[in-house]
Amino acid sequence: MTTPVLFDVQGPRARARARVGSAIGAVLVLAIIGFVLLRLGGNGQLEPERWAILFDPASGVPQALGRALVRTLQVAAVAMVLATLLGLLLAVGRLSDHRFIRVPVSAVIEFFRAIPLLVVIFALYFVLPKYGVRLSTFTALTGGLVLYNMAVLAEIFRAGILSIDRGQHEAGFGLGLRKSQVMTLILLPQATRRMLPVLVAQLVVLLKDTSLGFIISYLELLRQARGLVEYFNSLFGDRYTFQLYVAAGLIYILINVLLSMLARYTERRTNRAGRKAVTAAPADQMGGGGGAA
Amino acid sequence: MQFLIDNFDLFWDAFLTTLSLSLLACLVALVLGTVLAAMRVSPIAPLRGLATFYVETFRNTPLTVVFFFMIFGLPQIDFVIDFFTGAVLSVGLYTAAFVCEALRSGINSVSPGQAEAARALGLTFGQSLREVVLPQAFRTVVPPLGNVLIAMVKNTSIAAGFSVSELSSLLPRLVNASAGDLTAILVGVVVGYMLITLPSALAVHRIERRVAILR
Repeated sequence: MTTPVLFDVQGPRARARARVGSAIGAVLVLAIIGFVLLRLGGNGQLEPERWAILFDPASGVPQALGRALVRTLQVAAVAMVLATLLGLLLAVGRLSDHRFIRVPVSAVIEFFRAIPLLVVIFALYFVLPKYGVRLSTFTALTGGLVLYNMAVLAEIFRAGILSIDRGQHEAGFGLGLRKSQVMTLILLPQATRRMLPVLVAQLVVLLKDTSLGFIISYLELLRQARGLVEYFNSLFGDRYTFQLYVAAGLIYILINVLLSMLARYTERRTNRAGRKAVTAAPADQMGGGGGAA
Repeated sequence: MQFLIDNFDLFWDAFLTTLSLSLLACLVALVLGTVLAAMRVSPIAPLRGLATFYVETFRNTPLTVVFFFMIFGLPQIDFVIDFFTGAVLSVGLYTAAFVCEALRSGINSVSPGQAEAARALGLTFGQSLREVVLPQAFRTVVPPLGNVLIAMVKNTSIAAGFSVSELSSLLPRLVNASAGDLTAILVGVVVGYMLITLPSALAVHRIERRVAILR
């Protein structure tokens, strides 16, 4: 319970009232679910053979969705690695002592944080070809995700580095270490541990955002589902549409829930070890080009 | 530049679409988010569970998937809504989960003495939330809430993939129609977003300074 100070421990009458309220609420929720199922059933969407196609290897559907999942994870993996590396570089650049490094790096970070991720992807995919650079959907999607997330991650890294006690930094110099040594030997190892939860959470957001590939027709889960729908519609009419979309959506939600659980686990571990984790503003975790402006 | 002037009407319409989409979604998100936050701290366990379920589900669902269910899923239960309404609902319902989380962190940051004092005065849960805790919570969450809403403005761009002719959708449409002046189109779109986000950021900053409470 988050704020038990907000209410007294309930007496018998309040508990009885709460029970009645819960019962009415439960009936309402069940009624809504029932209504949805009834409508779906009325439209024949619940027929078992319509759902069977999702698990029947002969239809090719499980394989196609599996390949789409692999393609989704490919984009996410490549983008995660590149965005983390570039984000680290940008964070160090923004903390540089030299103005000619600090100012342009800050400009790059602020620029990519300020515009929607989809606009970056569109720019790479639709605008660059006019200048003779033709990118595949894979490159455009990955590129957009890298450019946007490196800026967000740079700010996370910077917050982590700045959160280290100043004494660490001064002691490093006191021992005669160089600037680069202080950064790599003293600050980054400590900062990484503190940032880990936020970092993992941001990588979950990146995974969520691979779904934008749908809009530029990269064959990730949603676009693959759409492709399958169009194929089956040409054969059997509008028969498997709903099932395929639900399957693609559920796979997305499932992998995100799993990764979120990993994020929470790292946060617990970090906090348990007595170090305080850096926390992110909720907006930074919104995805879709979200993040503070 | 000439291109922007020639197509000003197009950009203006798209800008207004993005603006109205943002404002309506903002309304949905704020109202629903506040209700969800109240549910998450309420004494009734099933309400807490329901709100937690909502927040966890929407936080782990890509916004594109929410759009998908709204546009392609709802017709399956015989609700047909137009693309714009679908976009407002998708963005609004999605953002409500984040508004709820921001508000909840604000409620948790109100010192326990305030709630205890409210209870000692005999206020009920609803009264202490309405009269004592939420007014203070709203003040402390102005910056994070502002960030959530500004992020939401950028998230409305996803509606471009679902037949809403808002700002981002101009890129694929105009790029194919006009050979030159691509930079102008890009600049026009980016400026359109900044016309909404920058004043909002400024407003958030102003409100923050005005309502800030020192602890």
